Amino acid sequence: MTTTEAATQAALERPAVVAPPKIGRIRTFFANPWGKPRFLSVWTWLYIIWSIAPVLIAVQFSFNAGRSRSTFQGFSMQWYQAIWDNTSENFDETLLPALGQSLKLALLTMPIATALGVGLAIGLARWRGRGAGSANFLMLFPLVTPEIVMGASMFLIFSNLYHFRLGTGAQLLGHVTFSISYVVIVTRGRLFAIGGDYEEAAMDLGASPAGAIRRVLIPLLMPAILSSFFIVFAISIDDFVISTYLCAQDCTTIPIKIYSAARNAGNPSLNAIATIMMVLSLISIAIAVLILSAFNRRHGSEASAVEDFARFEI
Amino acid sequence: MALATGGVVGQRRWYYPALAAPGIIWLILLFVLPFYAIAAVAFGTRDQIFALPIPAWNPLEWQFETFTSTASEFLRSGGIQAQFIRTLVYVVVSVSICFVVGYPVAYYIARYGGRLKVLLLTLMIAPFWMSYLMRMLAWVNLLSVKPEDPGLVNRLLMTLPFVDHPIAWNSGTVSHLTVILGLVYGYIPFFILPLYAALDRIDKSQLEAARDMGASPASTFWRVTLPLSKQGILAGAVIIMLPMFGDYYTPNLMTASPGNTMVGNAIDFALQGGQGQQPKGASLTLLLSAFIGALMIYYLVSVARAAKEARR
Repeated sequence: MTTTEAATQAALERPAVVAPPKIGRIRTFFANPWGKPRFLSVWTWLYIIWSIAPVLIAVQFSFNAGRSRSTFQGFSMQWYQAIWDNTSENFDETLLPALGQSLKLALLTMPIATALGVGLAIGLARWRGRGAGSANFLMLFPLVTPEIVMGASMFLIFSNLYHFRLGTGAQLLGHVTFSISYVVIVTRGRLFAIGGDYEEAAMDLGASPAGAIRRVLIPLLMPAILSSFFIVFAISIDDFVISTYLCAQDCTTIPIKIYSAARNAGNPSLNAIATIMMVLSLISIAIAVLILSAFNRRHGSEASAVEDFARFEI
Repeated sequence: MALATGGVVGQRRWYYPALAAPGIIWLILLFVLPFYAIAAVAFGTRDQIFALPIPAWNPLEWQFETFTSTASEFLRSGGIQAQFIRTLVYVVVSVSICFVVGYPVAYYIARYGGRLKVLLLTLMIAPFWMSYLMRMLAWVNLLSVKPEDPGLVNRLLMTLPFVDHPIAWNSGTVSHLTVILGLVYGYIPFFILPLYAALDRIDKSQLEAARDMGASPASTFWRVTLPLSKQGILAGAVIIMLPMFGDYYTPNLMTASPGNTMVGNAIDFALQGGQGQQPKGASLTLLLSAFIGALMIYYLVSVARAAKEARR
């Protein structure tokens, strides 16, 4: 039998594959891989439960009426009060300043990183000259550099060459540095989707390059710019290593606080502050997704924004 | 018209680099030069009286004393060598577990997500955007070994007839498993995501073709799906290996035991241990960067190639 005949034979036999004999589920799966394999679906749901349940349990214990982080003794908001209410018996005066520092850094990082990143993305996408390739390569490096290497390098140059005092300013410079690349990637994706035609049209009609970018490209890029804003907020508020290395004193952020207290502080106020922070970063990511999906819908794109995020790659 | 366009093109030549310039200058000052600072401190000297580091900014003045003595520690058993071997074992085991656990998940969502795809993706991405420390804190709570308040896992285990005392997750052989659990839990979303993207891109008609040509479902998987997802597997593995090699907070949070320290802990210990230790910390950072440099460049080159193909 020649190969063509074998293939024809196999093709003819396919109806038998569609209606498989009932010899156990595994067998069914192998006989008909286009059906829903139950093993994989159970595995996936178990994975999802395993990946989220520990965090939900930690959130639950932030509402515990007792001190325990493993036996739930009733619902209470006392660990949240311990953050801001200085009459509360568990009041921890370090938590509120840490929350303030985290928010301050994130809010300051947002506009600076977004402005630098959007400029870099537009410049790199349209600039065809020498240097564009290496600038592109340089821009990706912060994403693959382990944070301790970045933290150590900035710590060493601030303390030995720039003589820049470690603290809020240094932390801000650090946060902007690792956020820029994310902005570039989000913006670049949109830039490729938009293409160069609109600017060409604007310039053919007499706009200067600056005018074309300001009046045509920036409005088209607005969804990407806004979602970069919120992504930067989320990654800045979650950062731990860079913040630690660039902090001398009075610049403790929430992640630094969690890190130093996680093993010994035996009370759920840590869970409460961690929950607040997690809610903040999830809200900002949800906003970013909503902005992108509103944009996609308006432009009749099939893919959902969540899928865009799943393909969020370097 | 040709003349006018020529004028605009001429203007464009400087305009786009100028837009990119602030970002590029920022990255050079705060990303590239700091790398040089690591070298300058590692190859510098120390003040005789206060032991303060004196960085050598001029490569001609580089001294390799601290660097070679730090590097030679890797050749002696114990100390940094043990930490380095432990790091390698942790990373290899964790990445393998991520593959075994993560591949079926990515495969299922990409192929069989159906109507639930968006929900599954949202749940899969959620941990990606939760603070890493929050997720570690969750496990610190669950695995607590405090006698007065043992964690939930120990409470559950002790309801079993053959477990009569709480398991000490932070000591002995079990502590290695605790750290590996932390690493897998922390990094697995970053592995699944690129893998999902690669599996989702596979054209279904290629699989149908394989089936039509007589391949069994198993051999379709081995000979078509798996090779086509190879790029995604490699991308996912590299993207989680890089931060794992520089990790120090996971072992510190999960067990805080000196028996579980990684290379990152040695760097952290030296850099936070006062200025006199800076040259040693810088040398270790350089050695780590050199070790993982090949991985970083492999990843960036393959990403650049993929981007070029996508644009074509």
